[in-house]
Amino acid sequence: MNKPEREATVRQLMERTPPQVPPELYADVLRRGGRMLRRRRAARRLMWLLLWSAVVAFTVWALMAHPWVEPPSETTPPLTGW
Amino acid sequence: MRERQASQGARRAREFEAFVAGAAGRLLHAATLLTAEAPDDNPRARRLLTLSLAHTYACWDRLRGEDPYDRARQYLATRFARTAWHQYGGLGRARPHPGSPLGALVPQERLIVVLRLYEGVAEEQAAALLGLSTERVRAICERSTATLLHPPRGPAPKVAGAEVVPS
Repeated sequence: MNKPEREATVRQLMERTPPQVPPELYADVLRRGGRMLRRRRAARRLMWLLLWSAVVAFTVWALMAHPWVEPPSETTPPLTGW
Repeated sequence: MRERQASQGARRAREFEAFVAGAAGRLLHAATLLTAEAPDDNPRARRLLTLSLAHTYACWDRLRGEDPYDRARQYLATRFARTAWHQYGGLGRARPHPGSPLGALVPQERLIVVLRLYEGVAEEQAAALLGLSTERVRAICERSTATLLHPPRGPAPKVAGAEVVPS
């Protein structure tokens, strides 16, 4: 028996007795799939919320602290009186 | 906006229902072959199918022209590959049902035989899906075919019987 014949025999072996699809399957799939979708949506919203609050917090801190301004020197005494 | 969302939801539900009506039978057959359960008593295959269809439902809007059947089958195969080792491990748990056509094979062999011969997935695609090399997939497929046609211990005329039965 060559390879195509063997594969055809195995296919025949597998094609016998197809199982019946249970009627409640569709409702079950919708329930699970809907739950999965809602969870993903909630996770995405939470992520955006976190990102947004981080951006706001950074902006407020930067406006208060002005990190781009050079701090006044503390090692050299101010040059006065000449 | 809300109306558009509702109509989109209705269309999506219709499309998905049509998809399930068309694909569930074949996918359930494939899942039952994978889990090596009896056709009329297949709780694990049903669970596998429910999970893969639910996954397809959840990413239905992001398919962008991709075949949903392909997506469901991929999920089914990878989930089976991931969970098979502890479901079919020792302790005599979940022995293959004697009536199952692929009961003589181990889970990985079943997976490859179902993907290659029952579903007709190309060797390269099956290899990429399972993270194996193409040669290995071919070797496993040929070995499993040989095991199925010439069972190591058991009545030899089983093959002849299978050929006589009209399908």
